[in-house]
Amino acid sequence: MTVTNMADGRDSQRAGTGQPPAIALRGISKSFGSVQAVQGIDLDVAPGEIVAFLGPNGAGKTSTIDIILGLSHPHAGTVAVYGMPPRHAISRGLVSAVMQTGGLLKDLTVRETAQYTASLFVRATPVEDALARAGIADIGDRLVGKCSGGEQQRLRFAMALLPDPELLILDEPTTGLDVEGRRGFWAAIRQDAGQGRTVLFATHYLEEADAYADRIILLRHGRIVADGTSAEVKAMAAGRTVRATLPGADPAELSRLPGADSVEMRGDSVLIHSTDSDAVARYLLTSTQARDLEINTRGLEDAFIALTSDDSENPAGGSR
Amino acid sequence: MTTQSVPAPALTRDAPALGGFNLTVLRLEVRRLLRNRRTVIFALIFPVVFFLAFGLNKAYASDRYGHGNVSAFVMISMALYGAVLATTSGGAMVSIERAAGWSRQLRLTPLSPVAYIVIKMLTAMTLGLASVVVVFAVGGLTGKPSMPMYLWIVSAASVWIGSLVFAAFGLFMGYLLPTENVMQFLGLGLALLAFAGGLFIPLSQFPHVLQDIAEYTPLYGLNQLVHAPLHGVGVQPAWVANAVAWLVIFAGGAVWRFRKDTARV
Repeated sequence: MTVTNMADGRDSQRAGTGQPPAIALRGISKSFGSVQAVQGIDLDVAPGEIVAFLGPNGAGKTSTIDIILGLSHPHAGTVAVYGMPPRHAISRGLVSAVMQTGGLLKDLTVRETAQYTASLFVRATPVEDALARAGIADIGDRLVGKCSGGEQQRLRFAMALLPDPELLILDEPTTGLDVEGRRGFWAAIRQDAGQGRTVLFATHYLEEADAYADRIILLRHGRIVADGTSAEVKAMAAGRTVRATLPGADPAELSRLPGADSVEMRGDSVLIHSTDSDAVARYLLTSTQARDLEINTRGLEDAFIALTSDDSENPAGGSR
Repeated sequence: MTTQSVPAPALTRDAPALGGFNLTVLRLEVRRLLRNRRTVIFALIFPVVFFLAFGLNKAYASDRYGHGNVSAFVMISMALYGAVLATTSGGAMVSIERAAGWSRQLRLTPLSPVAYIVIKMLTAMTLGLASVVVVFAVGGLTGKPSMPMYLWIVSAASVWIGSLVFAAFGLFMGYLLPTENVMQFLGLGLALLAFAGGLFIPLSQFPHVLQDIAEYTPLYGLNQLVHAPLHGVGVQPAWVANAVAWLVIFAGGAVWRFRKDTARV
């Protein structure tokens, strides 16, 4: 299994619709001085997908998002958002974003800030609706400078909702929010995504990626090191452990199974760790007397560490 | 996939006309500018106070000057000072907005950079108009300034139009100086320019060397031009040249910094 194959699968799935991908990146590179922030990223996001960019600081998440939004230009490669340059997609209200910090005027009220933003779009959600959906309808008259960090973040979210975008991009949207704030924020996002909106969010909270994304893209040093569902990404890094009750098993024979990298015997139980747990399970159930079969995945956190740490030069599953 | 039944979104949406320019934004910008206490004091209160202090002096206020009196002359000077402070403040708002990341936020909306600049200019000019109107209204209420009705209108209009030069100045400085306190510097700078331009004290009271230098400063030409109708003398080409040259310098500088800024973001 490789990332490229999975992306191709999505391509062919979408080809029948005649609709351009929400995001199409080809060979994107960006450097700041001698630092290579983004090193040749290829990415397709289909309409309706909820995608998480997961990676440590400096992995290239924000740089890639800036390029998708047209806030910075790649030194190499092409960007298309719904088949057009980012600036055109933004002008048409197809894409909006919640950025990490800044971007608000202290001397406007919450409602005025939303009115200002709404007035710029040809078609906008009513301001009061957007404020209500972001949970700040009751502080519309408050000056932005007097709002807490969480309230300002909700305002940024309300502003992003105003054009009713097809694609919503969130750059570490819950940084600095308390647990309740994060939960409320994601509940609102989830409700939106239910209506078919495409969402791309960057996060370093593993549980957010695991809980809210259909697809997780792990970034490291400006490259995609893994791309798949949460379960696929976990399996890529760690494989899965298949446990079964099989009296009199032959460890040597089991270790020759596809992808098996360790076999452990515990009394009547065998524990086989494999990157192809399906093949191992199929063999055990069809060719042996194994019973009580269990397949366990390591947590996403383990996958994250395995794939993004500096000593894993060639992460399991292959990247590109 | 449920999205297959959704029509291609790109086909159903348009970009706004005029790069996103609209009157709601202009209204919010003016309201915001008036919410800034320092700006209001600078642009609307200072010039009125100065007029009350210098324009009503019994020693000279009623002396004839051109088609009117000295009080009218001082009123025009103070209106110009107020309008220049107002338009500079309005233009310099871009400095605060860049520092706050608002300019970057606007890049996530359909607002085009040119429409943004037009909004800033119009906001500045609106505050400039308010400043002129307030000074002339207070002048009228005191009953001291005297000149024919048409000169009230012509003088006010020329002050307002002339202050466009300083809206460009404010923008230039706003892009040049990356500080939230830009108006603290500019307020002082404008006071010096107002002295050099002869707004507070007649230039004839300066030493000759200073007079020669003063004729090249940005408020000199404007100050002469806006008083010309009252004075009843012909417009000298040097005044127009001064005003136009500074407009070109300020607008050119603003465009230069603005281009750099949009390329960077």
